[in-house]
Amino acid sequence: MVGGEKRLLRHAMMPHMLCPGCGHGIVLDAMLAVLSARYDNLDNVAFVGGIGCSSRIVGYIDACTLHTTHGRPLSFATGLKLARPDLNVIVVTGDGDGVSIGGNHLIHAARRNIDITCVLLNNEIYGMTGGQAAPTTVPGAYTSTTPQGNTQHPFDVSELVKAAGATFVARASSYRPQVVGDIFGQALDHVGFSFVEVMTDCTEYFGRTNRFGDGADMLMSQSRYDPAIDADLASRATVEELTNPQPVRPVLPKGILHRSSRLTLEETLSVSGGRSSNANEMEALERDPRRGN
Amino acid sequence: MKLMQGNEACAAGAIAAGCRFFGGYPISPSSEVAEEMARLLPKNGGVFLQAEDEMASLGAVIGAALGGSKAMTATSGPGFSLMQEHIGYGYLAEIPCVIVDVMRGGPSTGLPTAPSQGDVMQAQWGTHGDRASIALAPSSVQEVYDLMIQAFSLSESLRTPVIVLVDEVVAHMREGVDLTSSDSASIKMRPLPTQPPGVSFEPYRSGEDLVPHVPDFGVGYRFHVTGLMHDERGFPTSNTDIAAALLERLEKKVHLATDLVAPESYLMDDADIAIVAYGITGRTAKAAVDVLRSKGTKAGLLRPRLLWPVQDEMLKAALANVEIVVVAEMNRGQWVREVERIVAGDAWVYPLLKAGGSMVTTEEVVSHALSASDRLSTTDGGRSSRQDLRIG
Repeated sequence: MVGGEKRLLRHAMMPHMLCPGCGHGIVLDAMLAVLSARYDNLDNVAFVGGIGCSSRIVGYIDACTLHTTHGRPLSFATGLKLARPDLNVIVVTGDGDGVSIGGNHLIHAARRNIDITCVLLNNEIYGMTGGQAAPTTVPGAYTSTTPQGNTQHPFDVSELVKAAGATFVARASSYRPQVVGDIFGQALDHVGFSFVEVMTDCTEYFGRTNRFGDGADMLMSQSRYDPAIDADLASRATVEELTNPQPVRPVLPKGILHRSSRLTLEETLSVSGGRSSNANEMEALERDPRRGN
Repeated sequence: MKLMQGNEACAAGAIAAGCRFFGGYPISPSSEVAEEMARLLPKNGGVFLQAEDEMASLGAVIGAALGGSKAMTATSGPGFSLMQEHIGYGYLAEIPCVIVDVMRGGPSTGLPTAPSQGDVMQAQWGTHGDRASIALAPSSVQEVYDLMIQAFSLSESLRTPVIVLVDEVVAHMREGVDLTSSDSASIKMRPLPTQPPGVSFEPYRSGEDLVPHVPDFGVGYRFHVTGLMHDERGFPTSNTDIAAALLERLEKKVHLATDLVAPESYLMDDADIAIVAYGITGRTAKAAVDVLRSKGTKAGLLRPRLLWPVQDEMLKAALANVEIVVVAEMNRGQWVREVERIVAGDAWVYPLLKAGGSMVTTEEVVSHALSASDRLSTTDGGRSSRQDLRIG
């Protein structure tokens, strides 16, 4: 952590509760670096989290922070954004929180195209409750609720959100924090529902149970599955997997996966709700240069 | 005067109280509240959100309330069950919001369009953990309108969720409503923060009024709101002393509502028999009091408008001189337990309980009161021969 972003941390909440080697702190750092370059203070930025390790990081940010119930941060954020469209509302959720118990809210937020940013930290497991399988856990993975290895098929979360109508969908990994920051910045700039899935590592549960090693080993393993980083490493990893009893984490595409443009929920409500008497407002909104894509 | 349905009056009262956000999900028999809010809110600069389910409805309401809006939802039985977690959240995080539950027959899908008063205990005990509830019970369309305004005043001034328990009869009945009945100057607002922003700001510190002056989001304060036990800074804590003190303050705060909602008392001064009933059953009971009086029986009506917290002192005083208390309700016996607790053997409590989807009738109240009176005069005070009347 360097200079600027440190002032955006809520020091009174320290020490934090993340485990050594956990990828969530890397994502927090990357997000704060982006915000630090944009804001003197976060008076008008609201971070909303659900329940889980990932959601807890909102409390470490010196902003308006809302730690909600399990799976529901997007619903709280929706009400907040509609009441205060001027606030920059950012949801931080996890794979259990966002795709399992909160999956319905995720697809509806995407469908409505509400102008908030949702960062989903996908560590493929329930960390806070002790390493149970998630709907993102890869087949074969050992967890406390899949002692014989996971047999269920996982969600491709980004594809799910894209199909639900999100106008900005991207995936990054904690192995490349600069990319996380770059994508997070673009998500903030996007008008409409912007979704960023960040692959992170749970060293204590996913890593230990599946013999992926410590935090550094897991980061390296992420790099092996990221063909954009090192094609040679990626190919070697594939060879290893053939003889390795470890579960296979698939090579997931990274980067901006989808970008499109349509009116946001706030804009459609503003027009249909009679807040404006300008009959051409809908058209004017669609021409808004901020859309640009 | 305007002819309105109870559910319409619910929406009209909310708008008059300053409600500017509604998040809800369709469910009988409450749907007209949402439909009316969808029509009224945009005209009044507010926002209507049809949410994807009831958890999202109340989540969005809480988010909007933190953004500074007066906010509400309306639902019925199954939806009320789904909202319980967020009612607990609103209580612990001290977020003002109003939840209307138009009670229908349950449990489960039950009787979706039939009347019931079966959610009375759920309004108090539905969420996990210790929570003191505020629940209002209107008995007429006019009272729906008036109590909605009062619900927002209580919710905002005490920073706590307020539940309005409407039964299906009142919700769908049409009556004349005086829309000028409530003085807008009497509407109470949420308290504004008195401390300036800064590192020493403590959003959850409260004074003698027991209500923390939590600011809205986005007005220059940066702070944390959580459903975890928290200290006065709003930060999570597992300190058991702090948690116990917080639970105690929250309960005391909610009990401030006890003196703020007067019951209806009718011919109670010289009554030997008190009929205790609420909601639509209170009106049936009032008619029964007139019939009983015409037969020479000194009956009176006590109709609480506030079911939670229970007004122990008021009830104890009002029932001090009666021999018989008939408690009539459209369920298998819920609020009668509170009356029995308060009367504590000083009078004979005779429940008149009717579940299954139809109203308690005037005739049933009259005959139950008379048979209770007969038993009292002919036996050992009725205790050995006491019988509850359960219908349906």
